[in-house]
Amino acid sequence: MNETDLGLWAVPLAMIGGAIRVSTPFLFVSLGECLTERSGRINLGLEGTLVFGAMSGYAVAYESGSAWIGVLAAALAGMLFGFFHGWVCKLPKVNDIAIGIALMLLGMGLAFFFGKPYVQPQAPDLPAISFGWWSDISQVQAALQVNVLFLIGIVLTVAMGWMFRTTRIGLIVRVVGDSTDAARSMGLNPNVVRLLATGAGGALAGVGGAYLSLYYPGSWNEGLSSGQGLMAVALVIFARWSPVNCFWAALLFGGAGALGPALQSVGISSGYYLFYAAPYVLTLGLLIATSSPNRALESAPGELSITK
Amino acid sequence: MSTGTPTELRAPERRGIADIAPRLEPLIIPIGALLGGLLAFSVFLVLLGKSPVDFFGLVYKAGFGTAFSWQNTLSRVAPLLLTALCVALPARLGLVVIGGEGAVVLGGLAAAVVGTALSGAPTAIGIPLMMLAAMLIGGVWIGAVGALRIRRGVNETISSLLMAYIAIALLNHLVEGPFRDPASLNKPSTAPLDPALRVGELPGMDVHWGFVAGIIACIVAWVLIERTTWGFAARIAGGNIRAAQVQGLPVGRLIVCFTAAGGACAGLAGFFEVSAIHGSANGSLVSGYGYTGILIAFLARHNPLAIIPVAILLSGFEASSGLIQRRMDLPDATILVLEGIVFVAILVSETLYGRFRIFTPRAEEQP
Repeated sequence: MNETDLGLWAVPLAMIGGAIRVSTPFLFVSLGECLTERSGRINLGLEGTLVFGAMSGYAVAYESGSAWIGVLAAALAGMLFGFFHGWVCKLPKVNDIAIGIALMLLGMGLAFFFGKPYVQPQAPDLPAISFGWWSDISQVQAALQVNVLFLIGIVLTVAMGWMFRTTRIGLIVRVVGDSTDAARSMGLNPNVVRLLATGAGGALAGVGGAYLSLYYPGSWNEGLSSGQGLMAVALVIFARWSPVNCFWAALLFGGAGALGPALQSVGISSGYYLFYAAPYVLTLGLLIATSSPNRALESAPGELSITK
Repeated sequence: MSTGTPTELRAPERRGIADIAPRLEPLIIPIGALLGGLLAFSVFLVLLGKSPVDFFGLVYKAGFGTAFSWQNTLSRVAPLLLTALCVALPARLGLVVIGGEGAVVLGGLAAAVVGTALSGAPTAIGIPLMMLAAMLIGGVWIGAVGALRIRRGVNETISSLLMAYIAIALLNHLVEGPFRDPASLNKPSTAPLDPALRVGELPGMDVHWGFVAGIIACIVAWVLIERTTWGFAARIAGGNIRAAQVQGLPVGRLIVCFTAAGGACAGLAGFFEVSAIHGSANGSLVSGYGYTGILIAFLARHNPLAIIPVAILLSGFEASSGLIQRRMDLPDATILVLEGIVFVAILVSETLYGRFRIFTPRAEEQP
C-alpha cells in the first residue's frame, strides 16, 4: 500500500468513496420516510429518531460488545418513536407536521440526556467489506471500503420498490396513502396501516443513526448528525416517493456533501460550504420547477398533508 | 376563534358561567396541557431518582427568584419573542413556517456587514440602518417562502427548512470568505462592530434593548391581527383559504405580507444577537433560537400577546440550566427533554378542543 499522487483524479475518487460512506444514513432515513409518506403521513421527527438511534445503538453496542445488537437496539428505539408518532396522529385535530417537530426536539433531548456517559468510551465498529483489493493504490482501497449496512440498504431499496409495485402489502400502503375513503371502503383501517408504516419508518431511521455512531464518523457525540434526518424529508420529495430513486438521491446528496472535503484535499478550499448546501439548493429548485398551485406534485401520495 | 355566535346574538343580556366558559377554552386547555407536560416530566425525573420538587425549586430560584435571576431570564427573551412571531404570524394564515433560523442568521449577517461599512457613523444613523438591513433580508427570505407557496404551490414547511440550511451555508461561506476579518483566527467572524453601533442595555438593568423591541413587536403583531381589517382578512384566510378567495380577499398578498413580517421579526432577532451580544457575525448565530421559537408559538397558540409570558417562562427554564447541572448532577439536555415533553403535550391537547360540554355554548336552551 502506498500513497500515490493522483492529482485531480483524487476528487472523483474521494467523491465516490465519500458518497458511499455519507449516503448510508440518508438512504435508511429516506427509505423510512418514503414508507411513512406513501401511507399518507409525514414524520418530520426522524431527525430526533436518527439521533436517538445513534445514541442507543452506540450505548447498547458498548454495553453488549456487539455492534449488531446495537443496530437492533437502534431499530427498536426508532420503532417506538415511530409508533408514538403514528398513535398521536390518529387523534383528531392533531397536526402531523407539528408533532414531528416536537418529537425531533424530544428525541434529541432524550438522546443527549442519556448519551452523556457514552461520549468518551469506544464501542465496537460495524464491519466493512473491502472491494478495493484489485488495486494497490491506497486511495482506491479506502474509497471502496463498503460497510455492510450500505449493502443491506441496497437490498432494502430493491425489496421496498418490489413491495410497492407487486405485493398486497404495498398495494394496501399505497391505497391508504392515496385516499383514506377508498381504503375504508376496502375494509382497511387507515390508522392501523399508518401506525405500522410510521413504526417501520422510525425503525429504519434508527438504523441510519446507528450507522453514524457505529461506523462513520463512528463515535457518539452531540454534534453527530448534521441534519440528515430533516434532509431525508426533502430527499423523499426529490426522489418522487420511489425507493429506487431514494437510493440515487441519497448517493447524490452524499456525493455533494463529500465534494467539499474532496476539493479541500487537493487544495481547493473556497466554496466549501456552498458545495455542502448544493443538495438543499437542488431540492428547492426541483420543488419550484415542478410544483404548481393548481395540482399536487406528480406521483405524490394523495393524502399527504405537505403536497395537498 | 369563531365560537358559536347565536347565543350572543339572541341573548346579549345573559352573563353566566355558560357564557364565559367558551371563552375560557383556549386558555384552560393549553394551561392544562402545560401542567400535564410538567407532570409527565416530573414522573421522568422520579423514575431517574431525582426530585421534581428540587428541580422546579431550582428553576424558580435561577429563573424567577431574585431581581438578578429575572434579569438573567429577561436577557434571553428577545430572540425567543421575535422568532416565535416568525412562526405565529404565518400560522394565522394556516402556514407552518419552521425556517426562522435562516432569517435570524442572515439578519445578523446583514446587520454586521452594514455595521462594518458604516464604521464611524453616529449611533442614530448606524443602528437604524443596521436594523433595517436585518429586517429587510429576513423579510425577503421568509417572504419568498410565502411567495413560493402562493405562486408555485411549494409547501412552506419544506421550503423554509431548505432555505434555513441554505442560509446557514451562506453565513459560513461569507464569514470565512469575503467578509472575514483577517484578525479572527480561531473563529472566523466579520470585523468587530464600532462601539457606537453596539446596542446597549436598559437603564439600570442587565437586559439589552432587544427585550423592549420584542415586546413592542408582539403588541404590534397582536393589534395587526386582532384590530385591523388586514388581520381580520388573514384570520378568515387562515380558517378557510378557498372561502377567503371566493370573498375576494387578496389571499396572495396577505400570505406574502404575513410571512415577510414574520421574517422581518426573525431578522431583527439576528440584528440584536450581533449588535447586543456577539459584536460581529459568526457561527454563534446558529444557536437554535428559530427552533425554540416554533415551540413558543405553538404553546402560545399563535397569539402574539400570549407569546410574551410563554417566552419568559421558557427563557427562565433555559436560564436555570446551569444551576440544575451543578446542583442536581443532571445533563444540560434536561431542559431540552422538558421542552420536548411540554411541546408534545400541547400538540396532543389540540384534540381536546370541543370535547368538553362545559366549553360549548348552549344554543338549544333558548325558551
